[in-house]
Formats: sequence, C-alpha cells, structure tokens
Amino acid sequence: MMDLQKQYQELLEKYLENLDEKNLYFAQQFSRKFIEQEIAPEDVVSLHKDAVMNIFPELRNEVATTHDFLIEMMIHYGLALREHQSLIKKREELHMEMEVAANVQEKLMNATRPNVDGLDIGYVSEAAKAMSGDYIYFAEHGRKNLSVAVADVIGKGIPAALCMSMIKFGMDSIDENESVPSEVLKIINRIVEKSVDNSMFISMYYGMYNVENQHFTYASAGHEPALFYCAKTKSFEQLDAKGLLLGVKREVEYEECQVHLHSGDFVAIMTDGVTEIRTEDGFLDSAIIEQLLFEVRDQSAQQMADYLFKQLAQLQNFRLHDDFTVAIMKKR
Amino acid sequence: MDLHVQQKEVRDVYQFKVVGEVDAFTAPKLKEQLHSIAHLKGVRAEIDVSEVEYMDSTGLGVFVGFYKTLQEQDGHVKVTGLNRRLYRLFEITGLDAIIDVEEAKDDE
Repeated sequence: MMDLQKQYQELLEKYLENLDEKNLYFAQQFSRKFIEQEIAPEDVVSLHKDAVMNIFPELRNEVATTHDFLIEMMIHYGLALREHQSLIKKREELHMEMEVAANVQEKLMNATRPNVDGLDIGYVSEAAKAMSGDYIYFAEHGRKNLSVAVADVIGKGIPAALCMSMIKFGMDSIDENESVPSEVLKIINRIVEKSVDNSMFISMYYGMYNVENQHFTYASAGHEPALFYCAKTKSFEQLDAKGLLLGVKREVEYEECQVHLHSGDFVAIMTDGVTEIRTEDGFLDSAIIEQLLFEVRDQSAQQMADYLFKQLAQLQNFRLHDDFTVAIMKKR
Repeated sequence: MDLHVQQKEVRDVYQFKVVGEVDAFTAPKLKEQLHSIAHLKGVRAEIDVSEVEYMDSTGLGVFVGFYKTLQEQDGHVKVTGLNRRLYRLFEITGLDAIIDVEEAKDDE
C-alpha cells in the first residue's frame, strides 16, 4: 500500500506539472492495478487525500476533512463492489456446473441414427441455451420397425432438461415391440402425469415405420403436426392426430393415423422452435418450411435437415430463440 | 413487451383481462395473479385474452397449471377471445378438449 501511495503521488505530481494526456493514460493503467489488487474505492480516495495533502502542505485542514467525508460516502460503493465480485465468482461456479450438466445431458440424450432398410434418416437438434428441452429418440425393433419420437418440454434450460431425462428413462423401459404409437403415448403420459409439477408439460410426436408394408403410423400428444411430402403429387400434407399434451390428465386416448410411404416421399417431424419462428417482422409463415424442404427434396435426409436449420437460423440472425429439432424420414 | 392483468369479480365469476404478450418473461406475473384465487374451492374463472397477441409454450403452461389446480378444487376455467394463432395453439395441444375455450368473434 505504501508503495502504491508513493507511485500514485508521483503520477499526480507529474500530471500537475504539465497536464499531459500521457499521464492520464498512465493513471488509467494504474487504476487497473488497483482493481487487480482489490483495493476498495474508499481506499483510493484515501490515497488521493494523502497525496494531495503531501503535495500541498499549505492546504487548509478542511480540505482533508472533505476527503474524509468522501471516504465515508465511498464505503458503500466498496461494499457493493465486493458483493459484485463475489457474485461474479458465484456465477462462474454456476456456469461450470451448467457445463457439466449440459455434457451429461448430451451423453444421456445422444441419439444415434438408425439404419433401416429403404429409409433415409436425418435430423438436427440444437439447443437455444446450454441445455435443451427438445428430445429426439430413435429405436429399432429388429429389422422390421423403426420408432421415432420428437418431444418438447415446456420451458427451457435446466428444469426442461431434467424433465427430458425422466422421459428418456420412461421410453427406455417400454417394450416397443408390442406397442403401437397411441399405446406408447398413453404409457408415457401416465409417467409424466405422476411426476411433473402442475405447469410443466410435454408435447410429443411418436411415429413408427414398418419396413415390410412401408406404413408410417403416428400419434401426437399435443405436438406440432408433422409434414408429409408426397413425391407423386409434389404436395405437402400435415400429419395431424388428436391428443392431449403429456402430463395434463391421467387417462388420455390418443388418435392413431397411418400414411403409406412411396419412393421419394418423406415425413418431417419438428418442434415449435422450427414452426414458430419469430423475426423482427413477426412470425414466419409456416409455408416457408414446405418451400425450403421442397427446394432440397432430392438431397439426402440429413442434407435436408441441415439445410432447413441453416436457412431458418439465418432468418433469425443466427440467434435461436427456442430449441430447434427436426427429424426427416425419407423413403428411398 | 409488458403484460398487464386486470382482475374483477362479477356475480361469483373471477374475470381476468390479460393485455400484452405471455412469454417466459411475463408468464410468472400472470401465474402469480391467477394463483391468487387458486386456493379457493369451486371457483369459476374467466380469462379474456383478446388483447394477447402472442403466447409461447411457457405462457400456455400457466394456463395448464391454472386449469389443473382449479380442477382439483372442482373449479372451472374458461378462456375467451382467442385469436386464430392462440386458438390453433390450444387445438394442437389438445387443450381445447379439456379447457373451455372461445375464439374471438371479430377475428380476421
């Protein structure tokens, strides 16, 4: 401190000599040192007081007293600063924990793209924040059936992610060999209803593709309808199925529908981070999704998903407002 | 954008008028206001959302939560004045089948 005192005084004296800008610059550099050494604002005023009184010994005592007054004033600034510093430290700790949690989630949720005869599969799932509330799940049942689930937990961040993990375990415990989409949703709904708090809920789209008859059977728990593209008529159709969100009511019936996939047809299942995109000029017309997918209909399912993501991210200036998930299943 | 909630009681019906946008930032405010009556038994509540331009899934969550809480106490909730977009949100989520919803009359 004595050292700083001396340096500060020298700097001040130099500045008083010629009022040189250069010395002001040095003072700025010097203040960084103060901050690094965690010198409180009131101590800085105290340094200044001593320096002034040393340089001008003829000054009246009242001047020193005004500085003491200012020191008292600054004490609360000092406290606020220390509080701020401790908050920054805490935030860093939380950030570290978040990163660990996000890594765990990524490992846990890690979807692997299945290989199914005659079906080309692609997907993109991007989180808006560190942890995603979107969920994508593939399951192969022998070489006969492929299940795909896309879900969205209300809310974002950690609560959503925890909820997702719960579903993951629910899904893993279902023997899907026996289950059709409407039954799977019924079972998951019971799990979620039991364990989720009142204002948390989940939408889920569940589809199953049968390799033998090329039927895609689907059911929806309050989820955005999937898009079906028919290559023959070059047109899109929404695959809607009635059903309530998961976790609202204990016993729910889910409508189940079916569509036949011919070569070149595809189904795109999305979350509302894809369909409810808001830009500065308002909401994007959902027709844009059809248009984008149509543009790349001849590419692979993965290329289509990547393209859709890239184009829609660009429209939002590359800042996602919501988790973004799309899964595309295309009949070869 | 801001959110305002007005509340009044007319012939045993608690009426709420919501003005603004219901999203992750404003939803807690709406939740707090609605839940001020949620502990009452057999309550009838009516929520007018004709001046709600936008609602995201967090906002929807507040309505679901309120519905569930009231349901447990034999209460009833009705949501009125939904614009096309909001109505679609209730339709897609299947909530229109369990919550009493009414589309805005003068909708485009």
